[in-house]
Amino acid sequence: MPDDRQSLSSGWGRALVFVYGVFAVAATGRSLVQLGTDAGKAPLAYSLSLLAAVVYLVATTCLLVGGPVAWKVAVVACSVELVGVLAVGALSYAAPDLFPDKTVWSHFGQGYGYFPLVLPFAGLAWLWSVRPQRVAGH
Amino acid sequence: MTNWLEVLVYVIAGTAAVVAIVHLVRDRPVEDGMYLLLGVAELVLVVQLVIGCVMLSDTDRDVSGVLFVSYLIGVTLALPIGAFWSLAERSRAGTAVLLLAVLTVVGLELRLAAIWAGAGA
Repeated sequence: MPDDRQSLSSGWGRALVFVYGVFAVAATGRSLVQLGTDAGKAPLAYSLSLLAAVVYLVATTCLLVGGPVAWKVAVVACSVELVGVLAVGALSYAAPDLFPDKTVWSHFGQGYGYFPLVLPFAGLAWLWSVRPQRVAGH
Repeated sequence: MTNWLEVLVYVIAGTAAVVAIVHLVRDRPVEDGMYLLLGVAELVLVVQLVIGCVMLSDTDRDVSGVLFVSYLIGVTLALPIGAFWSLAERSRAGTAVLLLAVLTVVGLELRLAAIWAGAGA
């Protein structure tokens, strides 16, 4: 693309932005309800819900903004998301008493059709395919 | 929730999903028929929004009101946003956006039924 602000939300990126947007809203809504109704019930699970919400919001925003800086931030967000869903997913099976209530990432995103597990891989694959190349050679 | 409304939503959404997948596989842009189908689905969802609010005000059971209404509104927003978002991308990716919007409706509808049955967040 001749434009130096490479777009992250055209082509398949557009589908990705939609899913990230849905999960940004879903995770934000869930964490607000959880923290608003009974924050003391499961502090760890609710904090992780909030973290997930922030990660999805950052990723959605970066994909929409585009450009090299947003690209880097999006890579970080997707990596955090990948580590988060794998760690929380594994922990929710290994140590269920840590999670009296569910998060978006519990059981590898089972309650959300495993989309949370697939999403970071799709995100990173997309970001890799549109990586800025001007640095590598002219 | 009223059962017939829920079933209707699943049937229309399921049909739309199949149509979208066929277009996706054959790599053909969606035609007017798809938007007609999504329009009918949206109409049913708006009816559901009204009926859902009426039923909520009538029920004696312990249903989380704020949660229920926010899902009722959310499920009516998914298709218009998805359709708008897909318009700029009349390719496979655009069709995928429509499919994802339809899947979002199914996911929210399942949650909506669970919340009506008494589930929390």
